[in-house]
Amino acid sequence: MRIVVVGYGMAGARLADELSLSEHEVTVLGAEPHPAYNRILLSSVLAGKYQSGDVALLTRGAKARTGVAVTNIDPVLRTVSTVDEVFPYDHLVLATGSQALVPPLPGLDAAFTFRTLDDCSRIVSAASGAASAIVLGGGLLGLEAARGLALRGLRVEVVHAVGHLMERQLDPGASRVLERTLDGLGITVHLSAAAVSASVRPESVEDAASLTLSDGRVLTADLLVVACGVRPETTLAREAGLTVDRGIVVDDRLRTSDPHISAIGDCAQFGATVGGLVAPAWEQARVLARRLDGDDAAVYLAPEPITRLKADGIDLAAMGSLDSADEELSFTDPARGTYARLVIRDGKLTGAVLLGDNPSVGQVIQLFDRRAAVPSDRRALLLGRAFGGEPAKVDSPALMPDAATVCQCNTVTKGQLVRCWRDGARSLDGVIAGTRATTGCGSCKDAVSGIVDWLVAA
Amino acid sequence: MTLRELPSGKVEVGARDFPTNRGGLCQKGWTSAELLDHPDRLRTPLINGEPATWDEAYALIVSKIVDIQSSHGRDAVAVFGGGGLTNEKCYQLGKFARAALRTRNIDYNGRFCMSSAAAAGNRSFGIDRGLPFPMADISTADTLLVVGANVAETMPPFARYLTEQRQDGGVQIVVDPRATATARAGTLHLQPTPGTDLALALGLLHIVIAEGLVDQSYVDARTTGWDQVRASASAYWPARVEQITGVPVSDLEFTARSLARGRSIILTARGAEQHSKGVDTVTAFINLALALGLPGRPGSGYGCLTGQGNGQGGREHGQKSDQLPGYRKIDDPVAREHMAAIWGMDSGDIPGAGVSAYELLDTLGTSTKALLVFGSNPVVSAPNAGHVTQRLKSLDLLVVCDFVLSETAAIADVVLPVTQWAEEDGTMTNLEGRVLRRRALRRPPPGIGTDLAVIAELASRLGSGVRFDSEPHTVFEELRRATAGGVADYAGVTWERVDAEDGVFWPCPAVDRAGTPRLFESTFPTASGRANFVAVEHRPVAEEISIEFPLYLTTGRVLAQYQSGAQTRRILPGKVFVELHPDLGFAEGEMVRVISRRGSMDAPVRLSPTIRQDTIFAPFHYPGAGRANSLTVDALDPISRMPEFKVCAVRVERV
Repeated sequence: MRIVVVGYGMAGARLADELSLSEHEVTVLGAEPHPAYNRILLSSVLAGKYQSGDVALLTRGAKARTGVAVTNIDPVLRTVSTVDEVFPYDHLVLATGSQALVPPLPGLDAAFTFRTLDDCSRIVSAASGAASAIVLGGGLLGLEAARGLALRGLRVEVVHAVGHLMERQLDPGASRVLERTLDGLGITVHLSAAAVSASVRPESVEDAASLTLSDGRVLTADLLVVACGVRPETTLAREAGLTVDRGIVVDDRLRTSDPHISAIGDCAQFGATVGGLVAPAWEQARVLARRLDGDDAAVYLAPEPITRLKADGIDLAAMGSLDSADEELSFTDPARGTYARLVIRDGKLTGAVLLGDNPSVGQVIQLFDRRAAVPSDRRALLLGRAFGGEPAKVDSPALMPDAATVCQCNTVTKGQLVRCWRDGARSLDGVIAGTRATTGCGSCKDAVSGIVDWLVAA
Repeated sequence: MTLRELPSGKVEVGARDFPTNRGGLCQKGWTSAELLDHPDRLRTPLINGEPATWDEAYALIVSKIVDIQSSHGRDAVAVFGGGGLTNEKCYQLGKFARAALRTRNIDYNGRFCMSSAAAAGNRSFGIDRGLPFPMADISTADTLLVVGANVAETMPPFARYLTEQRQDGGVQIVVDPRATATARAGTLHLQPTPGTDLALALGLLHIVIAEGLVDQSYVDARTTGWDQVRASASAYWPARVEQITGVPVSDLEFTARSLARGRSIILTARGAEQHSKGVDTVTAFINLALALGLPGRPGSGYGCLTGQGNGQGGREHGQKSDQLPGYRKIDDPVAREHMAAIWGMDSGDIPGAGVSAYELLDTLGTSTKALLVFGSNPVVSAPNAGHVTQRLKSLDLLVVCDFVLSETAAIADVVLPVTQWAEEDGTMTNLEGRVLRRRALRRPPPGIGTDLAVIAELASRLGSGVRFDSEPHTVFEELRRATAGGVADYAGVTWERVDAEDGVFWPCPAVDRAGTPRLFESTFPTASGRANFVAVEHRPVAEEISIEFPLYLTTGRVLAQYQSGAQTRRILPGKVFVELHPDLGFAEGEMVRVISRRGSMDAPVRLSPTIRQDTIFAPFHYPGAGRANSLTVDALDPISRMPEFKVCAVRVERV
């Protein structure tokens, strides 16, 4: 079967890789000039930790074309066309992704967007001579951009229209702790701040950009980045007559309204949900690859989205909804930037926000993702699985029960050590020779010598 | 250890300050002499469970082998060896299969143990030696990453090096789904979901790349294949790996940064290797070590830990289905000519490669009609053991050489009683590649044979034109010639040197050349002289948990027992148990039945508040209703053919 994939981003590349062992002839057409890259790493590129060449994604065995913009789909003839080429398909997959959303404010179209590798390169080159930046948007994307710029040494101001940061994922309490954390990283946050217009002078560097807020304040900085979210790229699908709502509507087999066309990733809408995160996009790629390989039982079960921001002073995990709980656990330590709020219903986690140093974060994410029962000792959800697992430490040998095993390797109890001493072994070496304690892994040497010291002193 | 025979005839164990264990022994060592005169000791051959003479036993075996081979072909008779056998026995067993039985079907229980690390080592380094450096290097490492090893229970004297490394202020990170004694002792315990070590390694590599910690000059000068591996790591960003493994990103970062500082050693063991993706998992850790420039750098490197007494030597001398002595490949024409000349036969008569251990056991009763077992107890130790036991019972002839009536011997047609460790001379090779001596303290009780004598007698009665010596020293001299020029070259190793030098490290190609304690200092034994990066991808376990089977089972060892327990259970019977989290709703000591798609086991509960709630643990030492391997899955690694012992899906019910 000839499979054409339109879009060579994270979803398209993943699909091509999943199909690499199949018999199909797979052609991937990407509009960007680069091979597929890992969008997750763009904030690290912005921060200067990755070079733009280091973020390529591996796709085994697919024929991938870059810099090829598809202009038209003909669902009757089953072809897609570019300006000068026509590609026939047996099955077409739309993985056209999304585009940066730029609010329709005067002057804002001259600001930088933060979506593609090229966007990233443009910001990096502008930031090289700059000392300050404004980021419009206090969601995940905006904070990632702000963090990247701050790591480059820029003073950053984040302007957010809502009363708290990342309002889709966080509650106001978490936002307050996060604001403090950001402040420590050189990022100032303006909340409930609606922008009304912008002005960007591309020819200059210093104070080249300004943003006017509804309360009349004017913020100025050397550069202005817009990170107000994305919208699904659905133009081709719409023109081809496919059913499109906010995204291209697909069913649980990732089928569009045309049986020969599927859609995955940011451009697809499953139920009421459009994409934006990688995990669902990759799960869609996996399910679609299996279906294209003839597995009719392959069904897409949308994973619950998990938002994770972890790098350089920020450690944030948010998932599910924080409303309507049977039960709620919370912990706040603003001085150390730690905040945890977990919501439990029917013995399962239905939402959580963890910010700062939370050793339970890996466990919480897995319990939520797998819809598994939470531990009955709820403290483990805040303190981590190893809670309670430390080996008992006994301060004084006098308080240690005779039956306590001191040397695990040779199963020697305190009682045996004491008996050996009383039987005449009056030195550490004598007790060791008589009981074989410490002759295995040797880690009980301090304990045995402590007991001998206690016997000497007694 | 040293042994002393008391006037009463009893043997007393003493500690010896040898460079490897430095006087340390665990209770398995201290009590080992109790086996020598144990009442369960076999003292006569058995035919169908009844005492018989050696002559009757040999006559029956040989007539059946001749019948089976004439009606079903030479490959219908197979040999199953063990990683606890001396080098001399391993060599002779491989020779017996190829030159006397002339069957391609020989493999051994090391397939269940070392095969994934072996395949990965060969692929990346061109050589498979557990540690490419002396053990003592471990205690001097600034950072030690131990993946899937519980040495505090399985090898306590080895754990002394870990204790010292910590006491010297080293960072010690232990990866294990359970909070084992080893994991609790470390600086940091990473507790991943069973079957996700591969993603963990890729995630660590991702962080090493992201944070600029790659040793680029090492990568440029000493490796191949980096670009593909670097690209493959791109898809394993920390948050994704955290979700797959359950290990927090901050712990992943701490681990990656620690490994990038100073002298670092990465060790893997069965926890990482006994999976249907074991080879790729080990490869991912080797890739990590190579990116950090560790292998060949003083005090640093990658190594794997052995599980059996001769786990290293056992895999070098021809017990493997695709291998000839000296770690030669059986399909290599030069290797075949070399061995044919030593054995005095036509190279065309040496059979080709056979199938791997589990695949071989799976053919019993169908294409394979007879099996000769040496130093192994597959009824307890094989995966999907209920099925394997049925296969063993369906054979026309099952012969077992052992010194106690193991569970496999108990169902054999013929059992041959053989010597124990303190009654025989020979050599073993430890995980450092150090060849060690085993010395006979005393003569065996009357009526007991040696494995080498059994092999020689059977070969002779089968009319083999090839000579089989039964004296270990003579066999070792032949082994030296056989391995000369091979990867595992013992040509320069003599028993006298082993005695004089506290062991000799292979490769050692000539008697006037020193052994090789450290490999990779200037080159790798690959075609290009460089280590190979090999790109690998994470993949799910063979059997995921489901509503019907909602828990992962992982298996392993406990302190007092060794492998299938045939020896150690006779000294300390021990008790089977199932370790699980209190939230599963069972009480301490309550009898439960653990059920998988293949079988069940019954055991009392041992509660652990530190084990993952989705994971239970059972030791695999016990037979019968307590046999953990009744549950395990026979999914095999595509390269090493290692079964997935370490994870399968189960449920737990009250009995």
